Amino acid sequence: MISKVFLRNLLRVTVLCIIASFVIAPLLATALGGFKTNAEIRTSAFGLPETWNFEFYNAIVSDPAFWRYLGNSLLISIAAVILTLLVGAAAAYVFAQIRFFGSRMLFSYLLLGLMFPFATAILPLFIQVRDIGLLDSYWSVILPQTAFGLSLAILLFRTFFEQLPRELFEAAYVDGCGYIRFFWRFTLPLSTPILATVGVFVFVQSWNNFLLPLVMLNSREAFTWPLGMMQFRGEFVTEWNRTLAFVTLTIMPAIVFFLAAQKYIVAGLTGGAVKG
Amino acid sequence: MPTIPLASSQQQRRLSLTQRAKNVLQNGKFGALVLLLPPALILFSLFVIFPLLQSGYFAFFNWNGYGQPTDYVGLKNFEQMMGHSVFHSAIWNTIKIILVSLLVQMPLALFLALLIYKKTPTNALFRLIFFVPYILAEVAAGLIWSFVFDGHYGVTASVGGAFGLEPFFILADRDWAFIAVMTVIVWKYFGFHMMIYIAALQGVPRDLIEAARIEGAKPFDIVRYVQIPLIKPAIIVSAFFAIIGALQVFDVIIPLTNGGPSNTSHTIVTYLYTFGLTRLRIGFGSAIGVVLFITAVAVAIFYQRAAMSPGKKP
Repeated sequence: MISKVFLRNLLRVTVLCIIASFVIAPLLATALGGFKTNAEIRTSAFGLPETWNFEFYNAIVSDPAFWRYLGNSLLISIAAVILTLLVGAAAAYVFAQIRFFGSRMLFSYLLLGLMFPFATAILPLFIQVRDIGLLDSYWSVILPQTAFGLSLAILLFRTFFEQLPRELFEAAYVDGCGYIRFFWRFTLPLSTPILATVGVFVFVQSWNNFLLPLVMLNSREAFTWPLGMMQFRGEFVTEWNRTLAFVTLTIMPAIVFFLAAQKYIVAGLTGGAVKG
Repeated sequence: MPTIPLASSQQQRRLSLTQRAKNVLQNGKFGALVLLLPPALILFSLFVIFPLLQSGYFAFFNWNGYGQPTDYVGLKNFEQMMGHSVFHSAIWNTIKIILVSLLVQMPLALFLALLIYKKTPTNALFRLIFFVPYILAEVAAGLIWSFVFDGHYGVTASVGGAFGLEPFFILADRDWAFIAVMTVIVWKYFGFHMMIYIAALQGVPRDLIEAARIEGAKPFDIVRYVQIPLIKPAIIVSAFFAIIGALQVFDVIIPLTNGGPSNTSHTIVTYLYTFGLTRLRIGFGSAIGVVLFITAVAVAIFYQRAAMSPGKKP
């Protein structure tokens, strides 16, 4: 009986290990490939490098362009997060706290963004941003990114705000605390879990976004890292080891960030999805 | 004498008016309404709704994006799109992605979720590993796999070389390129669906499973008759995300095949990008956007029906 349970568990773990190796192998080959010469990648794509060449990694790390790409991405992502949290939470607070004529209609209007893919209106968006004169600036990515993230943010925020105890607001109101002050002093500080969840979600979306920067940014000074990576790949078509080193260095922060903020990422990317 | 009380009462009224205005702004709902709501409304209207409406308008013009759209062409953009063989293959490819998601990716994700939904340290480790592809940027995933599929360097080179075969370029082969793309999509997203199922499975009451076991149900029967029916809402949600996701596939394709070979591996969005944006055919691209929008709304409505239907059953 015990051996049967043991065998079943052994089989289970074996299956899991096989699938896990399919997940990890390409990533491992990528990280190792950055240490190999191209000749070696040809003969053994998955083996350990015979000699560990650090020059390809070094070349990228000492290239200021690489850091500029990462810096641009970081700046854009952080701005998108702050803007989404502020603007989204403010709107959601109004919907949760104040009854007014047209409230339900406006709420449904703001949720329309959940219905269709971002790419749908990318051409008119491009024209629009060009005509405002924002093309090739950080704002050309930040503003549309924020606008598209608002729907989900407002939905999740409103649900959360409505669950905060109403007595709190009544007590504060009696003591002379107005709506706006209550928002700043009580609602926002009490909502850190949902702010973190939405913030992480927006950050990951923005950090990984490719289509929007591709359409909006033209000069290499403004490139985000996915654009920089494609540019780099284009320059070193025949040198896989350089590209692989570049890829490894750019996905490293993502994996570290994931391990550090795992709880919020999983909640934000799946929990939020289920609730939505 | 009589003027003084009048003045004072007027002053009092004015005071109370300013006081009231102050109240409305500081304490009142009106101030909150006027300050807190418009930023979201303006941003959303300007960068989401307005472009969307414009694409419905531009779709009827032949326009390169400069000056004003004046060359009204009626439904010509739509006709041209419907008659374009590359568009047909883009639609067909999108359907293929949906089918692979529903028939391969979701069963795989469910299978894995059932294996590791219980909270143990080993399971937590596997969960972490399976979720890693999902957090990677699509472009990075595409680039990594374009290396794996490279006929000279990657895994195909190693395997092919072991059998003494000629270098084979999967991504440059008409029959294989899109199969490779779908492999990458399954690799990238199965962890996401698995996490949805795990969250749902952890919510299934243990008593129910225990009761079924005491009644003599085999493990497979418990899965089939207890767990899967109970997580049906999660399965519907994940199917919805699989379909909406399939409509948006873009980032992965660009590094892998860039739509090639000979435009056989396009999806709707890469088609929009390649034939609308890079050629600055704003009208044509907008028409593709309109089709994409209608499809997405149809999916959303269908999803709402599907999500509501379990409630009707007894």
